[in-house]
Amino acid sequence: MPIQNYIILAAALFCIGVSGVLIRRNAIIVFMCIELMLNSVNLMLVAFSKMHYALSNAQGKGISESIGSDAQLFVFFIMVVAAAEVSVGLAIIVMMYRNVHSTDINFLNRLKN
Amino acid sequence: MTATEILFWFLSALALFSALMVVISKNPVHSVLWLIVVFFSISGHYILLNAQFIAIVNLIVYAGAIMVLFLFVIMLMNLNANTEPQRNSLVRLAGVVAGGLLLTVMISALRSANEITNSKATMSEGDIGLIQNLGKILFTQYVVPFELSSVLFLSAMVGAVVIGKKE
Repeated sequence: MPIQNYIILAAALFCIGVSGVLIRRNAIIVFMCIELMLNSVNLMLVAFSKMHYALSNAQGKGISESIGSDAQLFVFFIMVVAAAEVSVGLAIIVMMYRNVHSTDINFLNRLKN
Repeated sequence: MTATEILFWFLSALALFSALMVVISKNPVHSVLWLIVVFFSISGHYILLNAQFIAIVNLIVYAGAIMVLFLFVIMLMNLNANTEPQRNSLVRLAGVVAGGLLLTVMISALRSANEITNSKATMSEGDIGLIQNLGKILFTQYVVPFELSSVLFLSAMVGAVVIGKKE
C-alpha cells in the first residue's frame, strides 16, 4: 500500500480530532478527541516503520530483523504515557465536576479574574 | 483489487466515519462507543501492517481499559444529550474551517515530499511487529525507558488518588 494513503488517513483523523477539540464544550469529549489525535500519530508511526523496513531491505544494506522496530516501541511508550495521562486527566475532570456540577469547559475561566 | 486493499479501504472508511461520529453525536455515551469503533478499526490497520503486538496492546489498553474508564466517569456524572453544552454555530464553523485548513496544509506539504514518493508500507511481510522481536529490543536497548515508565505509572496512580480524594 502506498505510504501516501496512510499519511492522508492519519492526517484526516488528526484534523477531525483538532476540530473536535475546537467545537465541543464537554471536557470529556475534548479529552476523547485528544485520544483520537494520539491514535492517528500511532498509526502514522507504525506505517512509517513498515516503510523504513521495506526501504532498507530494498537497498540491501543491513538486512537485520530489528530494523524499523524502534518506531513500534515508540508507539508502545506513547500508549503507556496516554494511559497515565487519562487516569490523571479523568481525576481532574471528576474533581471539576464535584466543584461546579458540570463538565462545561467554559466554567474553567475563573483564573481570568 | 486484492483482499488487502479492500480491507484497507473498508477500515479507513470505518475509522473516518466513526471519528466524525465521535465529534458529531450529542450523547457522550454514543461518542465513547464510536471511539471504541475507531480503536477497533485502527487495530485492524495494525494487523494489516503485521504489527500484531501493537494491535493487541491497542485493543487491551485503549478499547479495553481507557474506554471503560471514560464510560465509568460519564455514567458517574449522569451525562446525557440534554445536559450537553453546545457552542454557538459561529464557533463551530470556525472550528471546522480551522481543522479543514490544517488538513489541507498537512496533506499538501506531505504529499510530494521527496522521501516518500514511490515508497510503500509492506503489508504482510516482515516480522518486526511480532512480540519476539519487540520484546528482545524492549528488554535490551529500551530497558531504561521501560523502567522509567513504571515509575511514571506509579506517580500517575498516586496523583489520580490524591486529586480524586475528598477533602
